[in-house]
Formats: sequence, structure tokens, C-alpha cells
Amino acid sequence: MTDEHRTPVSLSGLSSNDPRLQPAARHPELVERVISVCFIVGTLCLAGFGACYWIDAQPWKLGATLGAGLLFLGIGIVAWGKYLMPRGPFVEERHTLANSDADRQAFAAAIVERGGSVVQRRKLLGGLLGGGMGIFGVVVMFPLLRSLGPLPKRTLQHTDWRSGSYVVDQSGRRVEVGDLAVGSIETVFPEGTENSDRGQAVDQTVLIRVSNEAFTTMKGRETWAPHGYVAYSKVCTHLGCPVGLYEQELQLLVCPCHQSMFNVTNGAVPQFGPAPRPLPQLPLYVDSSGFLRSQSDYHQAVGPGFWERS
Amino acid sequence: MSDVINTQRAKKQALGPYGRVGKSLDELDDRLGLARGGRTFMDKIFPDHWSFMLGEIALYSFVIIMVTGVFLTFYFIPSSALVTYHGSYLPLDGQKVTQAFSSTVNISFAVRGGLLMRQMHHWSCDIFVGAIVVHMARVFFTGAFRKPRELNWTIGLTLLILAIGNGFFGYSLPDDLVSGTGIRIAYSIMESIPFVGTYMAFFIFGGNFPGTSTIPRFFILHVLILPLVILGLLGAHLFLLVRQKHTQFPGRGRTEKNVVGSPMFPVFMAKTTGFLFIVSGITALLGAFAQVNPIWQFGPYDAARISYAVQPDWYMGFLDGALRIFPSWSFMAFGHTIPLEVTIPAVIFPGIIFNIAYLWPMLERKFTKDNEIHHLLDRPSDRPKRTAAGVTVLVMLSMLHIASSTDVIANFFHLSLNAVLWGMRILTVILPIVAYPLTYKLCKELQGVRGAGKRKTPNIVSRTAEGAYVATPTPAYGEDVGHELEATPVPAYIESEPEEPLESGVRTVDR
Ligand code: HEM
Ligand code: FES
Repeated sequence: MTDEHRTPVSLSGLSSNDPRLQPAARHPELVERVISVCFIVGTLCLAGFGACYWIDAQPWKLGATLGAGLLFLGIGIVAWGKYLMPRGPFVEERHTLANSDADRQAFAAAIVERGGSVVQRRKLLGGLLGGGMGIFGVVVMFPLLRSLGPLPKRTLQHTDWRSGSYVVDQSGRRVEVGDLAVGSIETVFPEGTENSDRGQAVDQTVLIRVSNEAFTTMKGRETWAPHGYVAYSKVCTHLGCPVGLYEQELQLLVCPCHQSMFNVTNGAVPQFGPAPRPLPQLPLYVDSSGFLRSQSDYHQAVGPGFWERS
Repeated sequence: MSDVINTQRAKKQALGPYGRVGKSLDELDDRLGLARGGRTFMDKIFPDHWSFMLGEIALYSFVIIMVTGVFLTFYFIPSSALVTYHGSYLPLDGQKVTQAFSSTVNISFAVRGGLLMRQMHHWSCDIFVGAIVVHMARVFFTGAFRKPRELNWTIGLTLLILAIGNGFFGYSLPDDLVSGTGIRIAYSIMESIPFVGTYMAFFIFGGNFPGTSTIPRFFILHVLILPLVILGLLGAHLFLLVRQKHTQFPGRGRTEKNVVGSPMFPVFMAKTTGFLFIVSGITALLGAFAQVNPIWQFGPYDAARISYAVQPDWYMGFLDGALRIFPSWSFMAFGHTIPLEVTIPAVIFPGIIFNIAYLWPMLERKFTKDNEIHHLLDRPSDRPKRTAAGVTVLVMLSMLHIASSTDVIANFFHLSLNAVLWGMRILTVILPIVAYPLTYKLCKELQGVRGAGKRKTPNIVSRTAEGAYVATPTPAYGEDVGHELEATPVPAYIESEPEEPLESGVRTVDR
């Protein structure tokens, strides 16, 4: 091949014996044989895929036969295109996309002049129509948006813990004062919500027994942890993952999502990680029959921050 | 006998020189007027450079996504209604799970070919987003987004965002423990936006988290709305590509006024069809041998439980990393909470990155005052500032991605979490800052090495009458000015003239 034939030319009007129309491969027969093998193997694999499907073989066999079949066919087709088809290079002219000045002006004139004469002289109509469309847009958007969901109201500020709610575990069993050994942890709910979505998502609370005696996590919370039972919201104040890990030695609650760590003995103040606020603590008491109950709801909104949270 | 042959010949003649195919094309042309455009399309030239395949990978993985996705819609039930699972996966037997979860487990274990289809769907989604990102990098670093292709850059970027979004919606559908945690985080991110956040979250998710509207809504977004938008934008993307024709790297015979490569038919058609098969084949092999998202191991979602292996799909990693390493800067003012520790890394930061990306073609036009039409691509080293800026952003995103596994790193290297956290914070800020000048310098060096596309010019060394030697460089080759040269064929051989000393007795030596 002389060097001249490396220069790209246009496809049309090439004489049929132009070297650019010859296959790229030096030994086309050899390549053809290799491609045939690819096609045969590919076809066999795909037939195998059908068979595997028929006999309900394991998924990996389905995938292996399908994948190998497609891969072999694909390699064969690409090789066909690359080695047995006109080697080129070919060239195509690029025409400027822009039109002539006359065309552009005619187009602009059509819009500006014609439009101008219609709209400019009828400014009032234009304004009224614009206003109508604008109102339409607003009234269409708002009811549509409104019906997508309820208003937040104050639902994010409260949980279902009430004064006197029984503390129950996941199966709904009321927790008694002797139930947890020191150092153990339990996920609890206000009675009646343990099976509801909202209970799971909002009311979930970790109950940890840190000692045998009443325990004070912070000033002003002297009565909140009777018999060493401390309860914190389980909803991480970062992004709401359940704070599910308890490091007993370090007395830390750890959120597995982004490793925020809250100090259990110290009012769940974050010690590490991106969580900005302590986990709210639930004030508990032990009633006369020895059941754990809540004195009230949490004093702050649980979970991640939001605008209306005060 | 000869009669038969004659009628056959007559028939053939009646069909014209191109036989039945030609005849059918004539019929089509009568009705649709396809001939001229069709011919031009068959002759359309595609550049042969490998980097032009990246967009094709994206396109083909989208085809696979659609095919496997349609299969999945036949069996998936988008509902959070609770059912008691009694399927072929025994460890879950008798558990109360949502229909979404149980139908996904059924696809994996009871539907023939279901697990393969699920895994192929998931893998092709990962490949899709990956291919778009790499394709986008090639468009960026070679300057293919410059005038007249700014609109296609914008469409492409929108496609990337939609692809990531749809990946998230799809990932959320099975209602397993890992994806449910993802939805919880998305909900909280939305809540964090000042003024409107809670309303947005309530309207998008249909109320308080978790609610029962999430899965049906995500389903219709995932299988209908976003795919339609993606399909429409893809159509526009490819239409613009054909209308504006491909870019190409400079080289022999390649100019601003032409495209050099292989024609649509048959060469490109064969290569690209083969490529579709290869991408599908690789996806099927991945689906066969690389397990992805084994939801039956995670278990159903339960807001009070958490899996320790919470890892989002790879394209969400940078967000997770940003949320991890950003300091806890919650802000209270006038009785309102502004959770900056969430809003900045998860809303403002990606917002800035994507907005800069959207505006980049315009910014570059402004700062370089280059308002010309460009069809020839840059080599990245020819544009050190742009390349350095791109590398900076990629380094920062990669560091954030790595930061999404601080706990894994800490475990693996036996470091304290605190050390890893601070290490990642510092690296995420420092490395991009270092990357800029480093890349800039590297580009400059590369330009020096290659002579910035210039051929070496000979020096003429002459000896003066006094015997001193003087070296004068010859002027650069005319075509070497700039890099948008019209390539000329190199002659097959060069005629050398016999050397003769000049009259003055001065000999010139060419090197
Ligand atoms: C849905 C995902 C996408 C698909 C399927 C896709 C597909 C393609 C294909 C097949 C091409 C032609 C071959 C090539 O240049 O690689 C192309 C060109 C192009 N793409 Fe994409 N693309 C996608 C996303 C993107 C993104 C994210 C960007 C950038 C932000 C982008 C920007 C462009 C531009 C500017 C061109 C024209 C460049 C040229 O002609 O050299 N695309 N796309
Ligand atoms: S959600 Fe708990 S640390 Fe991020």
C-alpha cells in the first residue's frame, strides 16, 4: 500500500478497486476463520442458554451461557467490521450549520416584525393573557402539590410517648424493673406502637441499664433514670438512622451510618461524628407494680434537624 | 425451459438493477422520500478513536437496563402492604414483610432467570452511570463541549443527574434494610432544607417517614417517568450529535471542515452492533458471577433495625462521604434550626458542583474570549487550566468517595476513627488544592516534551569567513502554527540535491 492511500477521501465516487475499500486485514481468510469460530461458539453458548433455561439450571449457568454467547457473537461482529470491511480512512465534509445572512434576517423579521405588530399594538391583551396563564400555573401547581401529602403541622415535634406510657419491647411485652441486667440494651416503644410504621420510625427508643441505682445523666434529669435505666431516642440526630450499636466499655451509643457517637452517661452528647445534637432523653419512672413507664414525651423533637424545629 | 428462464430474466429486469431490495426502497421513497437522507446517513462518518466508544457504552447499558427492567416489572409488586412470606427462601419463612420485599425475593428465587435479570439490571445501572461519567470526562478534557456543542453538554449533564436519580429510586424499591436506610437518609436531607424542607419531604414522600406512598411513587418514577425523560433527552442528544457531526482529534487530513473515520454502513454499524453484544455479554457475566444487592441477606426494612454494611451504590458514595466528614455545624436562629451539617454537604455542595458544570462552557467562552466554532478536539495538555480544573474536581469527588468508608479504612489499617476522619478532612481539602498546580505543571511539561504539536525545525550552522560558527534556527513549518493544521501527505521519498560548497567557501550543515 502506498502512502497516498492513508489520506482520507470521500466515500462517493471511489473506484471499486481503491485500496481504501479493501479489508483492513492482511490475511482476510484467516480472520474469516477466526470469526466463524467465534460465531459457532457463540451460537452454541446461546443454545446452551436456552437449554439451561428449559431445565431451570442455577442462575450462574444461565448468566454464563448467555454472557459467553453474546460476548463471542459480539467479538465476531466487531472483528468482521474492523478487519473485513473497507479499511478507509474516509472523509465527510462538514457544512457550516449557520444559514446565510439573508435567511437569518428573513427569519428574524418574520418573528420580530410580524410578532411585534400583533403584540405591541395589543399590550393590554398580552398582559391580560399573561396574567391568566400565570394564575393558571399557580392554581394548577398548588392544589396538585397540596394533595401529594398531608401538611407537616407539628407531627415532627412529637412522638407517641405520653405521660404514663408503658415501655414495651419489640414483641409488645411490658418491661419490668428486673428485666435488664446492668450493661444490657433493648429497643423499646410506647405500648401500642411497637408494630406500627410510625412507632418503628419515630418512637423507637433505646433502653440501657447503666447501673443498679438511680442515675443522673445531666443536671435537672435527676429523676429520669430510675434503677439505672436510661432511655434515649434511637433516631440519630444526624440523618435519622437507628443508633443501633452500644459500646459498653466506653458507654457509647454508635450510629453505624456515619459513626456518630453519643455518650450514654452524659446525656448522649455527641462525642464524635457529624451528629450535631444529643439524642433526646426520655424521662422514665417505675410504677408501683414495677413496670417502666414514661413521665412524658421527649422534651425536644427527635431525629434530624429541620427548619421548624425549635 | 428457455421460456421459464426468459420470464425470470424479464422479471429481474423489471425489478431494476438492485432487485427486490431496490424495489422496496423505491416503494418507501415514494411514500416517505427517504432516498437522499438515507444515503447521507449510510455515508455518515464516525471517528475511529477509542474514546468515542464511551458514550456508546452508556447507550447500550441503557438498552440493557430497559430490557431487564421490563422483565422485572412483570413480577415486582410496588406495595408496602404487609404479607407473610412463604416462599422458596426458607430463612425468611413466616416473616411479615412488605409485598415489595417479598416479590423481590420471589424474583430472585422463584422466577426462572429472575435473579440473573435482577443482577444484570443492577450491574448495567452501575455501568451506565460509570460510562456517563467517563464519557463526560472525555468531553470535558478534550473540549468537545465548546461552541457549537454547549447544548449537548447541558443535555448530557442532565442525563447524568437523571441517571443517578433513577438509580436511587430503583435501589429503594425492594424495601430491604439497606435501601430503607437510604430512603431515611434522603428524607432527612430533604427535611434539612430551610423554609421548604419539611413541606417538600411531606409532599414527595406522602407524609411522615416512612409512610406507605414512598414505594408506589418511586416505582412510577423509576419505571415510567424518569425513563421517558431520559429517553427523550437521549434522542435529543443523539439528534444533535448527528446534526452537528462528530468532533475529531487533529491529525492527517483532519480539519475543522471535515470528519475522518469509518462510514455508518457497513463498518460502524458492524462495530457498534458487535459492541452492543459485548457490553450485554459482559453485563450477563457480571450478573452470573458477581453478586449484587442480595436483599434476602439484608432482610426486610425495619426502621428500628440497621445493617452494619450500609453502603449506597457507588455513584452515591461522594454524598455519603461528604456527610461523614463535614463538621456538625447545626445552627439555631430565631427559634429555627438550620442543619448546616446536612444542607451544606448534601444540598449546597453538589448544587455548586453541578451548576459550575452546567455553566462551564459559558464560563470558558467568557474567560478565553474564544467564541469560535470548534470541531477539532484539544489534547488535554494543550489546555492546562481546563485540565487542571477538571482534575481538581475529580480528585475532590474521589476523596469524598473514599471518605464514605472511613470505618472500613479505620478497621483495615487499625487506626482510630478520629485519625481517619481528620486525615480524610485534610486530604479532601489539600489534595484538590495540590492537584491544580501539579496538573498544570504536568500539562506544561507534556507540551514541552511533544513540542506542542510542532515538528522540530533544523538549525542552520554556518561558519563565517573568520572561522566562527553561527547557528540560526529555521522558521517553523507553516502548518505547525496552532494545531489546527491541514495535514499534507508526506512524500514517498525525498530527492536530495548534491551538496556543493558555496562560492564564499562557507559550508552550511543541515541538521
Ligand atoms: C445517558 C447517558 C449518555 C449517553 C447514552 C450518551 C451517548 C452519547 C453518544 C453515543 C455520543 C457519541 C459518541 C461519543 O462521543 O462518545 C455522545 C456524544 C456526546 N455526549 Fe453523550 N451520552 C450520555 C451522557 C452525556 C453526558 C453526561 C455528557 C456531558 C455532560 C455528554 C456530552 C456529550 C457531548 C457534548 C457529545 C458530543 C461530543 C462529540 O461529538 O464529540 N453526554 N453521547
Ligand atoms: S445518621 Fe447517624 S451518623 Fe449519620
